[in-house]
Amino acid sequence: MTDLAPEPRAPENAAAGPGTDIAPGTDTSIVSIDPERIKIDIQNLDFFYGKGHALKAVSMSVAHNSVTALIGPSGCGKSTLLRTLNRMYGLYPGQRATGRIMFDGEDILGPRVNLSLLRARIGMVFQKPTPFPMSIHDNVAFGVRLYESLSRADMHSRVEEALRRAALWDEVKDKLNTSGLGLSGGQQQRLCVARCIAVRPEVLLLDEPTSALDPISSARLEETITQLKSDYTIVIVTHNLGQAARLSDYTGFMYLGELVEFGETGGMFTKPVTRRASDYITGRFG
Amino acid sequence: MEHTVRAYDAELDAITAELARMGGLAEAEVADAIRAIAKLNMTLAQAVIERDSALDALEIDIEQKAIRLIALRQPVADDLRRIVAAIKISTDLERCGDLAKNIAKRCLAIADAKPAKPLTSSIERMGELVVLRLKEVLDALASRDVERADTVWRLDHEIDEHYDAIFRELLTYMMGDPRTIASCAHLLFVAKNLERIGDHATNIAEVLHYEITGVMLTDQRPKSDALTPHEY
Repeated sequence: MTDLAPEPRAPENAAAGPGTDIAPGTDTSIVSIDPERIKIDIQNLDFFYGKGHALKAVSMSVAHNSVTALIGPSGCGKSTLLRTLNRMYGLYPGQRATGRIMFDGEDILGPRVNLSLLRARIGMVFQKPTPFPMSIHDNVAFGVRLYESLSRADMHSRVEEALRRAALWDEVKDKLNTSGLGLSGGQQQRLCVARCIAVRPEVLLLDEPTSALDPISSARLEETITQLKSDYTIVIVTHNLGQAARLSDYTGFMYLGELVEFGETGGMFTKPVTRRASDYITGRFG
Repeated sequence: MEHTVRAYDAELDAITAELARMGGLAEAEVADAIRAIAKLNMTLAQAVIERDSALDALEIDIEQKAIRLIALRQPVADDLRRIVAAIKISTDLERCGDLAKNIAKRCLAIADAKPAKPLTSSIERMGELVVLRLKEVLDALASRDVERADTVWRLDHEIDEHYDAIFRELLTYMMGDPRTIASCAHLLFVAKNLERIGDHATNIAEVLHYEITGVMLTDQRPKSDALTPHEY
């Protein structure tokens, strides 16, 4: 990506130049993204589970029509960060966020935000497939009905479009009226992706979407994500580092609630700037 | 810091140790080939030829270990650079061995040629410089010293200049005494082989620079504008 301004926000933490070692002492490195390409701008975000401080002054940008991966050890706050992006945390008492998350110029954390509209614009797919106990067709149509009233024909073409985009259409086109629960795990997960994109959101949040899937289903879903990138802004949390490297344009490494390194994925996996990110992705984290 | 999976460290270290052994062997091959040609020592030349297969075997072994490690561990970042560098450096060292072997073969070919001595003394001096560069870059490899690697990379032109001088010198001998043409032709190839060993040392320096820093050396090394013999 050429539109990434290469300089980190803290210039003294710049990447090692020729003739120097790989800057093991560098503590954090967050690159800025060209303001014109920013879809979501997270500014100084703190998050609390009661007294637990789960996110500490996280600032990063999510670029428009790209895949941003969040990686880090369990409990580092990556799922928490994902859940703040559509205010999913608001469903639970005692959880609160401070800071700003600018989404097309509006602060997601602001008091006047219409949450159901926000979640229509920022959809989410979870770690385990969550099909509803209804037909495949109705699973996909369910979300659409909440926001739009379409004619039967329009609804049918919307369902087909979503299933095609989720790379599931060919496998289910002859059994749209059978239960979504009868699909395999990989198919169920793609069904959830279809349900999510049928609402035509702008952003897709994926929380470890392939962790419960076999390798072939994972590969299909990865292919789906790559295809969706041209129209959606995607943020994915994954424990599969290879998947983050393959799928994403930008990667953020988090540790203990802190965003340690954020930058282009290619650089992260060949020449990470911070020692902590390097130790984590090379399997040295202790 | 060690990897969480200890076997991963052991596999990486095994490749590094093998590469170090290969470096020592390649350096000895080149040094002995030069000594053989300087002294016209046929026993030594024969030994150089026979030892080359050990370098070939080590290269294959390093390559197999590296492929296995990539398949099993999916290395990234500095681990990935280390493995890719090991594969590339082992190829350079194997080529150094081939070139040394070729020098030894030419030593056998010019064994009966007279007079040899004034012809080979320049080759010996150039050879000493080439061995020095190879030794320096292998030391840099062992100590992971990027500055020493960069020095080798910068000084490659000295070897090229030696080669150009020998090219002209041998032409003069051939014109002066046509009986020397056969041995001088062989010595031209010997000098060319030495120049190429110097290039491999420079390649190793480049790879090592990338391995350590993550940055490719892309600048042009200092070179003269005119097309000189070493550039053919």
